Amino acid sequence: MTSKFGATQIGLVQFPGSNCDADCIDAFKRLFQIDLQLIWHEETSLPSRLQGLILPGGFSYGDYLRSGALASISPIMQAVKGFVGKGGSVIGICNGFQVLTESKLLPGALLKNDSRKFICEYAHLSVAGGDSVYHRKLKGSLYKVPIAHGEGRYYVDSEGLKKLGANGQILFQYAGTDGVLSEASNPNGAISHIAGIVSENGRVLGMMPHPERASSELLGSADGQKILEAFLETVG
Amino acid sequence: MQKELLQQFAALNSTTRAPLISEEGASFAVDLRKHKISDAEYSVLKKIVGRTPTLPELGVFSAMWSEHCSYKSSKVHLGKLPTNGPQVVVGPGENAGVIRLSGKLCVAFKMESHNHPSYIEPYQGAATGVGGILRDVFCMGARPIANLNSLRFGQRSHPKTHYLFENVVKGVGDYGNCVGIPTVAGTVSFDKTYDGNILVNAMTCGTIHEDRIFKGFATGVNNLVVYVGSATGRDGIHGASMASDSFSSATSGERSTVQVGDPFAEKLLLEATLEVLERDLVIGLQDMGAAGLTSSSFEMADRAGNGLYLNLDLVPARAQHMTAYELLLSESQERMLMCVEPGKWEALQECLKRWQLPFAIIGLVTEGGRMHIVKDGVLEVDVPVAPLAEEAPRYERPYTMPSRTYSKDTNFRAVLQKASFAELLEKAIYDNGDKAKIYRQYDHHIGNKTILGPEEEGAGLLWLHSDWAEKGEDYIGLAVSTNCNERYCAQDPFVGAAQAVAKSYRAIVATGATPLAVTDCLNYGNPEDPTVMGQIVAGIEGIGEACRALDTPVVSGNVSLYNTTDGKSIAPTPMIGMVGKHPDIRKAVPAILKTKAYIYWLRPKATEGSFGGSLLAKILDKDVTEAVPALNWKAEREAAFWIQNLVATDRLVAARDLGTGGLALTLQKMLLPHAFGGTFALPGVKGKDDQNEAAFAEYSASYVLAFHEPLTLSLNSFEHLECHLLGEAKANSNMQLGSGTFERRTAEAKALESLKI
Repeated sequence: MTSKFGATQIGLVQFPGSNCDADCIDAFKRLFQIDLQLIWHEETSLPSRLQGLILPGGFSYGDYLRSGALASISPIMQAVKGFVGKGGSVIGICNGFQVLTESKLLPGALLKNDSRKFICEYAHLSVAGGDSVYHRKLKGSLYKVPIAHGEGRYYVDSEGLKKLGANGQILFQYAGTDGVLSEASNPNGAISHIAGIVSENGRVLGMMPHPERASSELLGSADGQKILEAFLETVG
Repeated sequence: MQKELLQQFAALNSTTRAPLISEEGASFAVDLRKHKISDAEYSVLKKIVGRTPTLPELGVFSAMWSEHCSYKSSKVHLGKLPTNGPQVVVGPGENAGVIRLSGKLCVAFKMESHNHPSYIEPYQGAATGVGGILRDVFCMGARPIANLNSLRFGQRSHPKTHYLFENVVKGVGDYGNCVGIPTVAGTVSFDKTYDGNILVNAMTCGTIHEDRIFKGFATGVNNLVVYVGSATGRDGIHGASMASDSFSSATSGERSTVQVGDPFAEKLLLEATLEVLERDLVIGLQDMGAAGLTSSSFEMADRAGNGLYLNLDLVPARAQHMTAYELLLSESQERMLMCVEPGKWEALQECLKRWQLPFAIIGLVTEGGRMHIVKDGVLEVDVPVAPLAEEAPRYERPYTMPSRTYSKDTNFRAVLQKASFAELLEKAIYDNGDKAKIYRQYDHHIGNKTILGPEEEGAGLLWLHSDWAEKGEDYIGLAVSTNCNERYCAQDPFVGAAQAVAKSYRAIVATGATPLAVTDCLNYGNPEDPTVMGQIVAGIEGIGEACRALDTPVVSGNVSLYNTTDGKSIAPTPMIGMVGKHPDIRKAVPAILKTKAYIYWLRPKATEGSFGGSLLAKILDKDVTEAVPALNWKAEREAAFWIQNLVATDRLVAARDLGTGGLALTLQKMLLPHAFGGTFALPGVKGKDDQNEAAFAEYSASYVLAFHEPLTLSLNSFEHLECHLLGEAKANSNMQLGSGTFERRTAEAKALESLKI
């Protein structure tokens, strides 16, 4: 089995406390035959031919202070910012999303779940309006993807929210199995049910759910594959 | 550094010795009692030391000879457990047991209790319980891939239960989630027997290559002893002897003996340890668990027949002016002791620095088999290593074997006949409950291996896709379960313990897997009470009989005694953890039904169900005189064989072993999660009178099985079993069982209400 993405150069940043790195390595290998290039947080530059970058889930630096706060000032993040500045593609998953907002590479913040409890369960993601590669590839379907976080309640002020909507930056929203947004379908109290957003140029995606886990029907869902494919399409 | 330490060691003869304890006056007796050392033990101690001990030496003996570390009350009986089998690679006595699954792919696993700390400070107690069992597994070189836990709380209405429950669950969750280990299965119950003494039992399974299993030895004289991990504080001093303590109502003052966990440090320690072992950087490695630096250093030296010289001034400390006594007995978490050859010290340092772990050389391996420990230029400990373990006390404590006689309880059955089926089932569902509130707080997907998770409320199943397995075994799975029915054990300590093994076995069989081996966590009361000691002996014998009958040897375990408050011991709770091999996870059988199906009931031939120790006896608060369901190993084996064949031929869509609350509750647990119901027959029921008896009686060797199509094979070909078609399960339906009907909405509401404690 070969994949059209097999030669794509994708990196993954390992922070101390990252714990979804192995799952990303497993999913990219199994689904796309891509060997991720591991980048240690103390590095100050990225491999020169890198086409895309993953910030994985976990508890970087123990999530002490605030989730993602210490990782956002680690040595590698300067290089990540440079990569994003040049239009590079980045996907931040769970703790990686928190790192992206703490680094101001995406707007808003991720607060404690409104239940104040860690939540691990399947979420159903609907795709909001927008014109990014992600929106175009993913629209019209519902994606069953697990969440596992204690601080996943997306928040942005009302002006920021308006801007996200107007720019078509909202990508995923927590929906019911019928695709309808209701209070019951919002697991953590996120504003406007937001589960994932993209940057203005559509190249940086931050999402709380874990597409790398939804990588096989055997594991409960294979819907994450399409999301990871869309990431690889943005690398293009 | 090595040179400096060698010089210090050479100069030991001229080093001042710490003052010896006073054997005069009333304070001496208090000292011994505080250290839980009896007069007889003290005289053995003096013989070993050859003089009166120093205070740190007394502390060392107290910790090493505690019930927790020495198994002094249980050891003579633990020898009765079967521990051998072709699948066993490492049996009891190591940090964890190891069995072979396929090719070179092995699984290391163990279960441990953290009951006392969790009662005093539930969040930290539970969290550090998870941390401790993780270290037991990864210090052998295994990568943890799954956690399980079994929790026991007091009654829902008890004023402390809400606080303990919420914080234990959060503690277990926060720690495992941060380290990144999925929690895939577990059990919980609420019973008045645990009102003053909850149980927090945690189990970890890890995968390891057979040729890379690590056992920690401090060999090679002059090799360096290295301290790795969090700095030592005053937390957890005397945890090991506290674990062997019983409670009185006023224990809040003991908070300082509870350790504080840092799962981030654990994650770094995990990655560093596995890298260190993978790269062969150390020759010895031991987790600083119970009794901290003391037990790790003595064990490491003892296994190699060597001695150690330790300078405690070099130990990274979290608090100022810590004494030798405190440094030796602290149970600060997330620490390891390593033994390294000087030539590999550079490489080891580089690795530990990269993982941002504090570390320090604190001593040397020495000849002569003595432990020399100095602090501030004073020789604080000077004792021989080997006798401490060899001459540790062993007690053949007096015991009275349980001798209750049993008879069919016609009074209880008369009460059942008059009761309303719907009301009984409502209460049963409330007692069992919807566990989502618990397992939603545990990451159970991380690792990309979870095929069957905690929502099944049966065994967990993990996809191992490992290069170490035999060729062609790309889809093998590891099935894991834990169980113990404390009501069965209270009714009959022998059969109850055997049933804990059998129940764990059935849960694994129901997924389509073959059970392979057992770890146990023996939670009992005060062993100095002959009745309790009798329960322990009976329990060990029961586990032994079951494990022999089912070919599941015991490869690791833990004993937790003195689970006693105000003189009252808990019901015997020998918790069992079991692992098995699934041949093909693509054929995994869930315990909950997701599609319409024909439902069958498999049970031992011509056997009457029982109410001894049953859920109904608890719900109706009656002391039932009946025996618990009789052991029937032939039926257990035949059922397992048949189910494995059904799985191989893809015919099963769901399977659940028949548990507490009998057929009625088992059906509900199978059907309710995906809103199924249906009309089901109650085999053998003659009229309305025996409806409740048939619906709620409990059995051995029994399963509820679901098939896409009705079975065409003959149901009369069993030697020890009988199988009955009950009916068809349908989506969005209520349940009718015999003449009893039950609303699905009521069941859902009761299940949700259950954990609103």
